[in-house]
Amino acid sequence: MAQAVATLETAHGGGESHIGGADHSGHPPTSTGLDSRKIAMWAFLASDCMFFGSLIAMYMIYRGEAERLYQAGQGIGPLPHEILDIPYTSISAFVLLMSSLTMVLALASIQKGNVRGLRIWLGATALLGAVFLGGQFFEFTEFKHEGLGLTTNIFGSSFFTLTGFHGAHVTIGVIWLMSLLIMSLRGGVRKDQALNVEIAGLYWHFVDIVWIVIFTLVYLIPYDEISTITHEAEGALRQIGLG
Amino acid sequence: MASIAQPQVMAQPITKPATGLWSWLTTVDHKRIGIMYGVTAFLFLLLGGVEALIIRTQLARPNLDVVSAARYNELFTMHGTTMIFLALMPMSVAFFNYVMPLQIGARDVAFPRLNAYSYWIFLGGGIILNLSWFFHAAPNAGWYGYAPLTSTSWNPGRNVDFWLIGLQVLGVASMLAAFNMIVTVINMRAPGMTMMRMPIFSWTTLIVSILLVMAFPAITAALILLAFDRYAGTGFYEYAAGGDPLLWQHLFWVFGHPEVYILVLPAFGIVSEIIPVFSRKPLFGYSVMVYATCAIAFLGFGVWAHHMFTVGMGPTANAVFAGSTMLIAIPTGVKIFNWLGTMVKGSLRFTTAMLFAVGLVSQFVIGGLSGVMHASPPVDSQQNDTYFIIAHFHYVLFGGTVFGLMAGTYFWFPKITGRLLDERLGKWNFWMAFVGFNATFFPMHFVGLAGMPRRYFTYSEDSGWGPWNLFITIGAFVLATSFLVFIINVVKTLRNGEVASDDPWDAATIEWATSSPPPVYNFASIPEITHRDQLWWDKYGDHGAGSGVERKAPAPKEQVDPSSIHLPNPSYFPLVSAFGFFILALGMLIDNPVLTIGLLHLPILVPIGGLIMVVAIYAWAFEPAG
Repeated sequence: MAQAVATLETAHGGGESHIGGADHSGHPPTSTGLDSRKIAMWAFLASDCMFFGSLIAMYMIYRGEAERLYQAGQGIGPLPHEILDIPYTSISAFVLLMSSLTMVLALASIQKGNVRGLRIWLGATALLGAVFLGGQFFEFTEFKHEGLGLTTNIFGSSFFTLTGFHGAHVTIGVIWLMSLLIMSLRGGVRKDQALNVEIAGLYWHFVDIVWIVIFTLVYLIPYDEISTITHEAEGALRQIGLG
Repeated sequence: MASIAQPQVMAQPITKPATGLWSWLTTVDHKRIGIMYGVTAFLFLLLGGVEALIIRTQLARPNLDVVSAARYNELFTMHGTTMIFLALMPMSVAFFNYVMPLQIGARDVAFPRLNAYSYWIFLGGGIILNLSWFFHAAPNAGWYGYAPLTSTSWNPGRNVDFWLIGLQVLGVASMLAAFNMIVTVINMRAPGMTMMRMPIFSWTTLIVSILLVMAFPAITAALILLAFDRYAGTGFYEYAAGGDPLLWQHLFWVFGHPEVYILVLPAFGIVSEIIPVFSRKPLFGYSVMVYATCAIAFLGFGVWAHHMFTVGMGPTANAVFAGSTMLIAIPTGVKIFNWLGTMVKGSLRFTTAMLFAVGLVSQFVIGGLSGVMHASPPVDSQQNDTYFIIAHFHYVLFGGTVFGLMAGTYFWFPKITGRLLDERLGKWNFWMAFVGFNATFFPMHFVGLAGMPRRYFTYSEDSGWGPWNLFITIGAFVLATSFLVFIINVVKTLRNGEVASDDPWDAATIEWATSSPPPVYNFASIPEITHRDQLWWDKYGDHGAGSGVERKAPAPKEQVDPSSIHLPNPSYFPLVSAFGFFILALGMLIDNPVLTIGLLHLPILVPIGGLIMVVAIYAWAFEPAG
């Protein structure tokens, strides 16, 4: 999280200095012609891919483990199929996906110099993000009521950790968008500073894409099918003398 | 592409560098930050060295009790953690910072204040790790922190918490530095400096930074899960709770093996600069060297489980990881032959820098060969957890990395300070280090194959390992003395060493074209790059460096008035924000009042530190950058 916070500074007004021949219009001469802050954001997203990759790998390794323990009489519920509400989460996933659309519209507005459009669509994006977060908060409290906490079982631990860190990323994104909105309201984001919006957009779309993966792996794929597939794979490996 | 050196209208006179403590605390100059990284890392290296000497004293004879078993655990954990995260990595970052922007003809890194921020966070992380000694809670589960050694049931004290929070803080520092280096190399090159004209060390900086950015998130995630296990009571690594201790090993080594290349590739980059200069020949196979570096970095992500051959992954996984591990020997071998090819028929000058560089080539080969040995799972089953492994990775990390970093220090010291290190003391330094190093680590191959296990605080009389261990301990003290010689050399040189010219080695790359030490703005006018080894081309043209035939001096470029060069303003916000981060991390470790907000129970220092950190970042974002 601290890493994500730290990258905020690369995207806000002023940002870092463009050493040497900066012309203060946001277009410093660089080797690639691209703005340095944009490359930094891509590098950060690459590393964030590895971060979520590690957490998702953890989730997939423990996926179905709570059921296995439960069937062996050693585990305690609630189990994923008892508690995950796919229709409910589908709606909040849809809300988050729509926020990518509004983000695109925000960038398109400021690139055309439409400051009012920027404000409207930035506000809409932040609002949709906040609705998603509200949905997640409600989902977490609901699970808590049904007896699933962070330490209840391995499903609870891995579920709250993975989705929680995604939620933290969305939270940082909403704060970032709000900061841009406030800057814009103070007259701070002009057409030639569209890059500030573009970089925030890169981050926002990334967080969205990660949710598509998480939503599929955590919610959509049925839990019993996974264990069947694993069993079949193990059987096949055994037949050829491996595993 | 526009020239980077266009004179500015908005300007401030910056011909005289500021002095005094405040100027260092607020500096955003990559050269000063490089020096701060280097000095800090060297102090940590001495600390890690003292820890190693205590370990060796304890092992000098059988059944000694210089330290207790518990203290011994702390010593080897802190020795490994200190050397890797607080000494070798930041020392490499010191060279990235100081040398790379000069080599590519930039005025500074892409994000100067972020650069200062990385340094201050790193310093905070180093302090946190070592504060543990004063709380009688030094980390004690090994630098690899295997589960379940780190679980609360086996390790109820604060020891592991200091380790995991400290590493988390250092990880942030490393990643921020790496983002900065990547962008700088990609985007700040002088006009004409294409990627394939770039000095090899700058290439290495780029590749290592990419490795850092891709490898560190794995340990960040692993440490978060560990923190949840320890602070919140989850069971990610607890077998009884449905967790799996092996998950830690996988995540740790997904980071840990690329980390090996993060540690050794900068040294490879350094000697790839030094060997051509002192052979007076361009680097043999420049492009192959670049590709080999990329190949090592890429393959480095596919070999992590060779650290886990003995956990029972099954024949398929073992075979795949053995194969991929042996594959890495190919690009590594290519590098070795490139260095040898550079020296063949060169006019060699054995300065101290060159001695250390050739020392790396010879010693790293030994570590590389023993590495190929335990790339084979059956062989590894014999050698795993013995002193043979200790011998192997010290040949890689000392014979490789430390020799390379020492070579770099002797090579660039005149550029950094304007004075040449004493060559006579330098040769004493090298030969004592060489002899001491081999006396320390070569016999470890023997005791390792004889079965002496690592991490044990003592051994019995009848094991027969006593004589070699005494020999090893003596070697370790010889090795330590070589660093004393180095310190004497540095002090003597700074006092009244020989003043260095701008280009004392007749070197090939453009950092030697500016003055020693360089002015704050690096180059009065940014050089135009037309060739690889630009400075040699400027001096010798088509005749080549070995010819000694100087070409007609090119017409002097129009000099830019230095007072017109626009540089970033100093800032204290990086320091303030890093201080906030430090307080936040400390809040997780020391007793302080707990604040309850809803379901959250936070030690009060955590939100206070977090607030300082975030407010400073916002202040920094809106501060005029210069």
